[in-house]
Amino acid sequence: MDSDLSPQDKKDLDKFIKFFALKTVQVIVQARLGEKINTCSSSSPTGSDWFNLAIKDIPEVTHEAKKALAGQLPGIGRSMCVEISLKTSEGDSMELETWCLEMNEKCDKDIKVSYTVYNRLSLLLKSLLAITRVTPAYKLSRKQGHDYVILYRIYFGDVQLTGLGEGFQTVRVGIVGTPIGTITLSCAYRTNLALMSSRYALHLPVCKCWAINCFELHNHNLYATCVCCFDLTEVAKYVSLPNQMVVPGKEGGVPQVPAQPTHGTAAEHGRIPSCPTGQSPQPAPPTSCSSEVKTVSPSDALETTFTRKVGAFVNKATTQVTTTSLDLPFAAFAPRAYDLQENDPMVHPPPSPAPSSPLQGSLHSNTSSHSGGLPQDDFVMVDFKPAFSKDDLLPMDLGTFYKEFQNPPQLASLSIDVSVQSMAEDLDSLPEKLAIYEKNIDEFDAFVDTLQ
Amino acid sequence: MNCRSEVLEVSVEGRQVDEAMLALLHTILLHRSTGKFLYKKEGTYSIGTVGTQDVDCDFIDFTLVRVSSDELDRVIRKAVAEFKDALGNSGSDGMGQISLEFYQKKKSRWPFSDECIPWEVWSIKVNVVNLANEQERQICREKVGEKLGEKVINIVEVINRHEYLPKMPTQSEVDNVFDTSLKDVQPYLYKITYQITDSLGTSVSTTMRRLIKDTLAL
Repeated sequence: MDSDLSPQDKKDLDKFIKFFALKTVQVIVQARLGEKINTCSSSSPTGSDWFNLAIKDIPEVTHEAKKALAGQLPGIGRSMCVEISLKTSEGDSMELETWCLEMNEKCDKDIKVSYTVYNRLSLLLKSLLAITRVTPAYKLSRKQGHDYVILYRIYFGDVQLTGLGEGFQTVRVGIVGTPIGTITLSCAYRTNLALMSSRYALHLPVCKCWAINCFELHNHNLYATCVCCFDLTEVAKYVSLPNQMVVPGKEGGVPQVPAQPTHGTAAEHGRIPSCPTGQSPQPAPPTSCSSEVKTVSPSDALETTFTRKVGAFVNKATTQVTTTSLDLPFAAFAPRAYDLQENDPMVHPPPSPAPSSPLQGSLHSNTSSHSGGLPQDDFVMVDFKPAFSKDDLLPMDLGTFYKEFQNPPQLASLSIDVSVQSMAEDLDSLPEKLAIYEKNIDEFDAFVDTLQ
Repeated sequence: MNCRSEVLEVSVEGRQVDEAMLALLHTILLHRSTGKFLYKKEGTYSIGTVGTQDVDCDFIDFTLVRVSSDELDRVIRKAVAEFKDALGNSGSDGMGQISLEFYQKKKSRWPFSDECIPWEVWSIKVNVVNLANEQERQICREKVGEKLGEKVINIVEVINRHEYLPKMPTQSEVDNVFDTSLKDVQPYLYKITYQITDSLGTSVSTTMRRLIKDTLAL
């Protein structure tokens, strides 16, 4: 019902909406490149400074946006969406957020197009600049690099939010009323990004020997026993916080800043997928837009894969640990597989009344004294992994060797009875031996000569 | 005309005060600044371009977006520094409030001075906390970053209600609506004031600091 709108106003409004859509995409994608954005103010405007804001136009992004729009404009029932996702170096991906530019039917007939609508669209872009730095994906995008990259996808049509997992949040950036409908800009973002949803307060080991014998997990707190005195010391205390995000492998530091990372990722990962069905005028949901992008079903718990970190000089572990993110702190320290657990002597000690090693016996007695009678099944015994050892599960690896031979039996020659007996024998046989040596004295002299 | 009033509250550690205040004040000013007006003949004008700058905070896990204007940044930083000093010197429990007020000037006949009519006031209440150890500070870094994010969303929500804004002035009236003293951007006329609260909750000192050059005196 835009019969009240003059042709000039209609033309202007269409132009404003088109360029607003293009600038919206630029702001969102640039905010996810992983670098800080800096543009200059200027008192003399140029033709490309739409909405009186200095927003650069990355040509590839404009091209993708125009391709998705395919000559159409966002309108009622035709939303333009920018989907931001994360892709790890192992090839796993996860949708992080979806920005939606939509229009509803609520019209504001009296509003002045060339002035009020234009200024309000400018205000909305400023709000978008602020909000893009506030959603959780911003911090992730600033740390992208070797372990993961951030990708974008533009599509046109119906909004799809199922890939964001359960409990996603929505933030409204703003609305602008126009004579043909109300433009709304919003962002739906994933909240269960947490791969480790807890934080740990770490403590230094109390004992100065620094030689950790083994780790034990009890009530989500991590304890370690020391080699020299077998004291059970708390190493890390579980302090849970909501919505912490720790991406595997990347612990801050200077992020990689490629000049045009979206371009680079397009080349590296085959293609930043854009909706092939976006070109059709029907609002059918885009289907096979991206075969590479895995969507997490909302009903599944979020499964994550991460590579176990290894110490210096240790051969890189070839196995990967997969765990659900649902509150199993230090999951990497838990026994890896059930069959391993069955064979692991540390978890299932031999049923003899005496402990299989003096070490284990003292551990158990230690735990009962230190932890005040806590049930044994709360403890998870972990293999001792000494530094500089190979991380392959040989029957006699360094850790097992160390444990088994930590308390070797005494040498027979050092026992008193034996030594007394042998001394007497030695004294008796001494004259005999001396006679032999005198006989072979030439041989000994020749040997000494060879040494000189 | 009623003045719109919004209140934001934050709890921060001492060294986070500057950045938290800058983050919120710059977010508001980003939305309340335009490009410079360039008047042409026949009463028309063009509007300059506003650039933006991302600034990472050192003591908070937060990146603020501000208008690219070093002049404006200097003015705001100076006001925030004075507020922080006042908070530190007050000997109170570290509670105070900094206000950003947008106003219009209404010319009066001589001998009366011009009237300043506020149309929007943002009050940021600050509570400074002391933390015992590094671990708490690390947690505070992140929590305050999240809180600031929520405040930015609040600010954006208010601004996008599109309530009263002063009408665009003619060339002769532009100084009644905008601060034209900066060379690269043009915020609406504003002033920043602060007050410190003592431990009893009463306002001990109200320090008014005018940061706009043109206070007309008789």
